[in-house]
Amino acid sequence: MGQLAAFIILSAITLVATVVVVGSGNIVRSALSLVPAFLGITGIYILLQAEFVAGIQVLIYAGAITVLILFVIMLTEHGTGVRFRQVNEQVPLGMIAAGALGAFLIATFLTTPWPMATGSLPPYTASQIGTTFMTNMILVFEVTSLVLLVALIGAIVIARRER
Amino acid sequence: MQLGLVHFLILSAMLFSLGLYAVLTRRNAVAILMGIELMLNAANINLVAFNKYVAPDALNGQIFALVVITLAACEAGVGLALVMSAYRNLETVHVDEINVMKW
Amino acid sequence: MVNWPLEILKAFALAALMFTFLAIVAAMFGVLLERKIGGWIQSRLGPKHIGPQGLLQTLADTIKLLQKEHITPRAVDAAIFNTAPLIVAVAGLMSWIVIPFGTLGQRVLVVRDLNIGLVFFAGMASMTVIGILAGGWSSNNKYSLLGGLRSASQMVSYELPLGLALVAVAMEAGTLSTVGIVQAQGGWLGSLAFRQFPAFVIFLVAATAEVNRLPFDLPEAESELVAGYFSEYTGMRFALFQLGEYAEMFAMAAMATTLFLGGWKGPFLPPLVWFLIKMYAVVFLFMWVRWTYPRYRLDQLLNLSWKVLLPAGLIWILITGYRITF
Repeated sequence: MGQLAAFIILSAITLVATVVVVGSGNIVRSALSLVPAFLGITGIYILLQAEFVAGIQVLIYAGAITVLILFVIMLTEHGTGVRFRQVNEQVPLGMIAAGALGAFLIATFLTTPWPMATGSLPPYTASQIGTTFMTNMILVFEVTSLVLLVALIGAIVIARRER
Repeated sequence: MQLGLVHFLILSAMLFSLGLYAVLTRRNAVAILMGIELMLNAANINLVAFNKYVAPDALNGQIFALVVITLAACEAGVGLALVMSAYRNLETVHVDEINVMKW
Repeated sequence: MVNWPLEILKAFALAALMFTFLAIVAAMFGVLLERKIGGWIQSRLGPKHIGPQGLLQTLADTIKLLQKEHITPRAVDAAIFNTAPLIVAVAGLMSWIVIPFGTLGQRVLVVRDLNIGLVFFAGMASMTVIGILAGGWSSNNKYSLLGGLRSASQMVSYELPLGLALVAVAMEAGTLSTVGIVQAQGGWLGSLAFRQFPAFVIFLVAATAEVNRLPFDLPEAESELVAGYFSEYTGMRFALFQLGEYAEMFAMAAMATTLFLGGWKGPFLPPLVWFLIKMYAVVFLFMWVRWTYPRYRLDQLLNLSWKVLLPAGLIWILITGYRITF
């Protein structure tokens, strides 16, 4: 009962913030409301007993990606507070497409019989995730770090000023 | 009623369609990237929810979600570097004004 | 199962208690300590008129700030302008949730012993950046914007060495929870300041840069940028920004004592008193460094983070991993 109330509050925060992100006319305001959206999703992860993923979500999404987005917005706007038209001419088609996809997905989710398992998650997922990364998923770990390295070097090279 | 798998799936479906709407209709390139981040987050919620309710023995869902978060950070970094470079050369960040091959 | 109304009530009561503690300890004593210590280092006396030995100086300052006019410039984005100091203050206060103050009989005095305590702490330290960017942008002022961007780039650059120092400590202690790390240190020689001395140094330097203190306070440099990102804030909102910064500095000092100096452990005195002594020792170190060193230039600052502290942190993690395994 308490979990359902927490879920409703968190998803309300997330959905309202997401609507502001996709619908606001002011680009800085929509970037700043990514933060409550990501924090709501952090709460959802905690409800799902994935506390390490929740901590990483706050650290990376709300703390680094949002800052990066805000940096690029502040460095590319033509002056402060100048208002541009933010949506293109595909708004009705976009709404129909997104709405159709959402309706289709929800219909699929509601009518599929999911095989519910009866086990339970370990109490301290962080150490279990670490062990799994180092034993079963070591290739995934190494390849991800290589992708990070390539993305880092690529971003620096692309964004450098040409001399 | 009890909190079940279906609640999380409906939430992630709504987040995904809102992110898709942002990608389809916004003019600013950074806003399109924000929509992509929202879609990745919706997929992550799905992964972690399935991990808890359908397959809780191995933590594969959470590991997959962590890898997706890492890759989303990489992709946001490279995408935003591209936006900065485009702004420097084409002087605009609105994607419907970037419609000629040779500037 | 869980008594929800009682939990919510406990959360509110603990939040109010923590805010009161911080408002008195960090804001009042902290600001007074800063001015007194700065005075003694510079061979002069600090404030000494208000109250005995100047103890009520911060009270007078607070009353002065509260009665200032609440100005909102006309061309700012009002929603963001008003929310930015709140984000900074709340992020500074939220870092205190995972810090253990001591033991009282059998109970450990901590608001919530999260089992991802270190990750949560690093996350809250990185939320402050968003408040600073929002404040700098919404002030509609070139100097505020520049100060906000500089401060954000500095804080983001120094989060990496901070995180690496925390990772090294977590590897050595085997747990991410702050209470577990304190209990993994025993006695004087067992405390992690000796076994993890490079991580201690990296943590202190990165913490000084995270809270924008000298020698890394270019974003707030009075001689360059008026007051940086909070130029346009007056009265109570200015006080909220300052409270957030001081609370964060004290949180970094408290985390340094928890991780490296053994938390609340000590021979004769009660644990809470030991914790406060150690925390104030680290705060004194921060203030001593502030009044001694000159200010770093922006490129020197970023060089220090990316070219010195980040490789040092990575090499130390390698050495720690080697030491633990063999």
